[in-house]
Amino acid sequence: MTHSHRPTSPALQIYRPQLTSVLSITHRLTGVALSVGSLMIVAWLVAGAIGPSAYDGVLVFVRSWFGLVLLAGWTFAIFFHLCNGIRHLFWDTGRGFALRTIYASGWAVVAVSTALTIGCWAAAIFLAWGVE
Amino acid sequence: MRCYQIQIPLARARGLGSARSGASQWWAQRVTAIALVPLTIWFVVSIVPLMAAGHQAFLDWRGSRINVVLLTLFVPMLFYHMALGLQVIAEDYLRRESTKITAKISIQLACLTLTIASIVAILR
Repeated sequence: MTHSHRPTSPALQIYRPQLTSVLSITHRLTGVALSVGSLMIVAWLVAGAIGPSAYDGVLVFVRSWFGLVLLAGWTFAIFFHLCNGIRHLFWDTGRGFALRTIYASGWAVVAVSTALTIGCWAAAIFLAWGVE
Repeated sequence: MRCYQIQIPLARARGLGSARSGASQWWAQRVTAIALVPLTIWFVVSIVPLMAAGHQAFLDWRGSRINVVLLTLFVPMLFYHMALGLQVIAEDYLRRESTKITAKISIQLACLTLTIASIVAILR
């Protein structure tokens, strides 16, 4: 490495958290969380191919309190990453960089991803109710 | 090279090497992102009822040809996008060059393995 002793950027200790920076790091964090979640998708698909007992094993895990907590986190992560990803794609067209627009789209991402998470779980609970 | 070496920015940039293949990775990340917008919505809508049902519901769902097509699209897009994203994180936060290279190789091999495992499971 050319400069191994230079400080890393940004210096988080002296940064005041702002919506823009918080959403930026949340995009990365949700990406990492979803990467872990993708392992669950593979396990689910493979268990489905193996047979009913393996599949039931996955369902037992998913429906345990630990599984439900993970699922709730992944639900928010997927909707956040989706909404903020669309925001990023808009930025790639060179639009939406005015400070007011950036904050408006940022709050829209927070609101829409929260609403979608709640809506998704309302649907899931409603469907699970119908089964029992 | 020392930190305080006097160089004009261009010479320093040349010394660091150009991005070269970086632009194609940036591009691929966008292409997979665009593909994943509808595919992710389809996947979430599909998976919610399945989580409340059993194995037979899964087999019925996977038995539909359109679902097989969308799944075999979704999985490579997902893992390609995931590999690119994780690589950027490794490039940004890992400081030692050897750790960085090890991480990138692991990410690529893991994503390829997960893609193939999923597709074999889907087509079974």
